[in-house]
Amino acid sequence: MGNILNQIGIENYIFLSVLLFCIGVFGVLYRRNAIIVFMSIEIMLNAVNLLFVAFSTYHQDAEGQIFVFFSMAVAAAEVAVGLAILVSIFRNLGSIEIDKLKNLKG
Amino acid sequence: MEKNLALVLLLSPFIGFLFNVFFGKKVSKGLSGAIGTIAVVVSFLVSICFFTQLNQNGKGFEISLFDWIQVSNFKLDFGILLDQLSLLWLLFVTGIGSLIHLYSISYMHDDENMHKFFAYLNLFIFFMITLVVGNNLLVMFIGWEGVGLCSYLLIGFWYKNQPYNDAAKKAFIMNRIGDLGFLIGMFLIAYVFSTLNYTEIQTLVIKGETNSSLLSVAALCLFIGACGKSAQLPLYTWLPDAMAGPTPVSALIHAATMVTAGIFMITRMNFLFDITPDVQNIIAIVGAITSLVAASIGLLQNDIKKVLAYSTVSQLGLMFLALGFGAYNVAVFHVITHAFFKACLFLGSGSVIHALHGEQDMRNMGGLKKYMPITFWTMMISTLAISGIFPFAGFWSKDEILMTAFEHNTTLWVVASVASLMTAFYMFRLMYLTFFKEFRGTEEQKHHLHESPSLITIPLIILAVLAAIGGAINLPGSMWLNHFLEPILVAKHEAHELGAHEFMLMGIALAGAIIAIIWAYSKYIKQSFVPKEDTQMVGFYKTIYNKYYVDEFYTFLIVKPLNGLSNFFRTTLEPALGQIVFSLGTLANGISNQGRKIQTGSVGLYLFAFVLGLCAIISYLFIAR
Repeated sequence: MGNILNQIGIENYIFLSVLLFCIGVFGVLYRRNAIIVFMSIEIMLNAVNLLFVAFSTYHQDAEGQIFVFFSMAVAAAEVAVGLAILVSIFRNLGSIEIDKLKNLKG
Repeated sequence: MEKNLALVLLLSPFIGFLFNVFFGKKVSKGLSGAIGTIAVVVSFLVSICFFTQLNQNGKGFEISLFDWIQVSNFKLDFGILLDQLSLLWLLFVTGIGSLIHLYSISYMHDDENMHKFFAYLNLFIFFMITLVVGNNLLVMFIGWEGVGLCSYLLIGFWYKNQPYNDAAKKAFIMNRIGDLGFLIGMFLIAYVFSTLNYTEIQTLVIKGETNSSLLSVAALCLFIGACGKSAQLPLYTWLPDAMAGPTPVSALIHAATMVTAGIFMITRMNFLFDITPDVQNIIAIVGAITSLVAASIGLLQNDIKKVLAYSTVSQLGLMFLALGFGAYNVAVFHVITHAFFKACLFLGSGSVIHALHGEQDMRNMGGLKKYMPITFWTMMISTLAISGIFPFAGFWSKDEILMTAFEHNTTLWVVASVASLMTAFYMFRLMYLTFFKEFRGTEEQKHHLHESPSLITIPLIILAVLAAIGGAINLPGSMWLNHFLEPILVAKHEAHELGAHEFMLMGIALAGAIIAIIWAYSKYIKQSFVPKEDTQMVGFYKTIYNKYYVDEFYTFLIVKPLNGLSNFFRTTLEPALGQIVFSLGTLANGISNQGRKIQTGSVGLYLFAFVLGLCAIISYLFIAR
């Protein structure tokens, strides 16, 4: 493991992670389809996970990897709930365009 | 055994109350009344049972039902004390109570809420028994408040009539003033002695290691309580108004039993009052003045029940006079005889009112003697008794009071004697206006005149017999009552020796009463005088007829300023405070209305804000480093 990290270098992992995160952020900001927004959020989450794993290896410390397992488990649950909400929204409104979700207007 | 019997005594009327409250409406009126009556008769029989037992043993007993309050060194149990004093009271409360329940079955038969009436009456008897049999002041206070409540409920029994409701409220509030005195007195006693149990207080008082100035205040406060309950100056005005209630109520509560609670309490605490002579003086003076003032108002009243009400206040004043001189046994004697003849008079007046379908004004009566002979004769006997004519019950008891007064203070004796003469005068005025001459009511009323049914006349006859011979319990010579009460009185009261002096006093009282009667006779029979219409009253007559304007004075002094203050609070202070509270609300409302606009509901915008915030936080973290 250490070798792989040595060959590629920690900086590249960080760049990849930042890139993924930014893709996620722009996806969230620009796309109007709720499912894609959702996927973008997942990408952001995985960018962070990747960073965790990379630093974990870099520091020779397993805690970060354990934490990623937790984070993935929670993300799975969150996806289940999130998709359920989206299905419910679709059934009620016939659309999952987030521009149309204005019921919360104060 | 004794405990169970005592519980039967106490709870029997309460069970009657519960029955009439929950099932009274479902059963027939006769059954409802019968159960109410039986509940009280049971208590009466148990009282007799205890009484004979007491006569054999010679001393009373105390039963503790349960521990009630225990705070540091203050301990109180809920107990029953059945001794000479409480048994005497029980006998006439439940005895007269039974008769009046019986009477009410017929009297209230046309009322749609008869079961409610009996429920209240039973509740009253229950509380009165509690008041009497308690072994400490707090238990007495439960009964004291309870009878006040029942009095309120029964005065306002015909609640659809607003003046009756006002009378009920007045009685309640006046009593509250007195009750406050009672409470403060009780607190002081608890503070000084760390107990409220009669026997324990008595022991401590006799030991005499106490702060007497505090005790004087306590005694005075207790006396104020008695003033409220027993309608003494300056708290007497509720009693005449209490006549708004049905007549059996006036007879039972506002003549025979509840209003004597103050006398009972002072007699119960006699050891306390014996060591506070200043308070005793106040009691005597208040009693004498009350008896005179009330008697003089009674002279000119035209409502038959009002006359009797003022007569009650006046007689209670005489009892307080005796209490003030430390002659507790004399006061108790008068309480008992008064209960007999005043109950009879009220029930008689109820019989008259019943026959006239609710007419209470004596100016519209007259000539009822031939229509209602039983009512007439029973009332006549009671009138002779209250006027103090030999040998009826009132003669003996009133004479004892006058003799006691003469021994201690001649001025108060004169005042009390004048009050007694007035009593004789207005009572015969009542009799002459009601039963003699020609009937002055309408033709239709005359057509319906009849003697009341036997359920009404039987209690009348029994009470009249008692009013005639009731004096026998304390005849000079035997003095049964004095000997009977000796164990509970600390200071010994010497019986009057029958010397020339006493016979002279008796003679003066008797002659005065007879002169007053003759005077009434010449005015109302010979000259056929009928009181004028209200509007034609002039001068001093008018002042007396309007009860010395005491009610108006109280209205002016207390009610008006209080109303003014309440009005000020309502119209000025409350809106001002409300404005402050409201403006806070308006402010919050305005702020949130502005804040509302941020919530556009556009998810994209939210996400943008979220990313922006995230960036801000991250850059802050970098820059802060």
